[in-house]
Amino acid sequence: MHIPDGYLSPATCGAMYAVSIPLWARAGVVIKRTFTRRTVPTLALLSAFSFLVMMFNVPVPGGTTAHAVGGTLIAILLGPWAALIGESLALVVQALFFGDGGLTAIGANCFNMGFVLPFVGYFVYRLISWGTPFNARRRWIGAAVGGYVGINAAALAAAIEFGIQPSLFHTATGVPLYCPYGLAQTIPAMLVAHLLIAGPVEAVITGGVVAFLGRYHPDVFSLNPYERREK
Amino acid sequence: MTRSRKVWIPLAVLVALTPLGLLASGTAWGEWGTDEIKGLLGYIPHGLSRLADINHIAFLPDYSLPGLGEGFAGQAVGYYISAIVGVVIIVLLTLGLGRLIVRK
Repeated sequence: MHIPDGYLSPATCGAMYAVSIPLWARAGVVIKRTFTRRTVPTLALLSAFSFLVMMFNVPVPGGTTAHAVGGTLIAILLGPWAALIGESLALVVQALFFGDGGLTAIGANCFNMGFVLPFVGYFVYRLISWGTPFNARRRWIGAAVGGYVGINAAALAAAIEFGIQPSLFHTATGVPLYCPYGLAQTIPAMLVAHLLIAGPVEAVITGGVVAFLGRYHPDVFSLNPYERREK
Repeated sequence: MTRSRKVWIPLAVLVALTPLGLLASGTAWGEWGTDEIKGLLGYIPHGLSRLADINHIAFLPDYSLPGLGEGFAGQAVGYYISAIVGVVIIVLLTLGLGRLIVRK
């Protein structure tokens, strides 16, 4: 799901940066207000966790690969705005030092995997687990479903960004300049990989960690400022 | 070991397991290099070829150490180094950013 350089037109990349920059700013404000010195190392740990999770490529039928992300887990434990920052840090490091995801596409990739993924995943998690104690079954079920829906929402966002390229940016004779595949190809390709493969992996990781923490360390859930506020 | 140290153990386990991520062959959809694009389409879209290789900072491209070869062992070593380097940079970056932003 890491869009490389060259697949999105410079205009699309600029637009995605323009969307992501205010989101980063907002996340900074929320973190400044809600984080304590104790929360920062947890974000570092979870951001590094997500970076490592993304290294586990899983084969997808058709000869490609996909991977889980772990963004919904960060959102569950520290809140969705912290997830945006933790995920963005991992994505920037991947793009800069490993060439995984383009430099021009950092805005797009952070929007997809840093914003859409954890916010959608967290929303679904809260919907399912609202009002339950931290060790309740609905917590890990909500986490698993949230992880699954979140990563697929992000894959859909990436598919749309890829898929609008050929109709918007082509030569006078209609030859695509950037991503050559339209929505009719990008959406099925991205969704098959994530509905069937990466989504279930994300669900197992997110649900598994939340089940473990709910059972043995339920106090960690109160690091999420949105959980604290409810109490 | 204190509890706060213990939480880093799962991370070390994940680092140790990272070469498993190399077993799946093939590129993620939409992440092909220009050679692969040429194989798929027969041509490289003009704008794509212009932008594809602008990143000259990546010193561990595709989580590999150039020069270690294409064999699994060489790839695994490159993957280990990448995992450790990535984790260290991300942790330092996050702690640094936290120092700047978080005052409580």
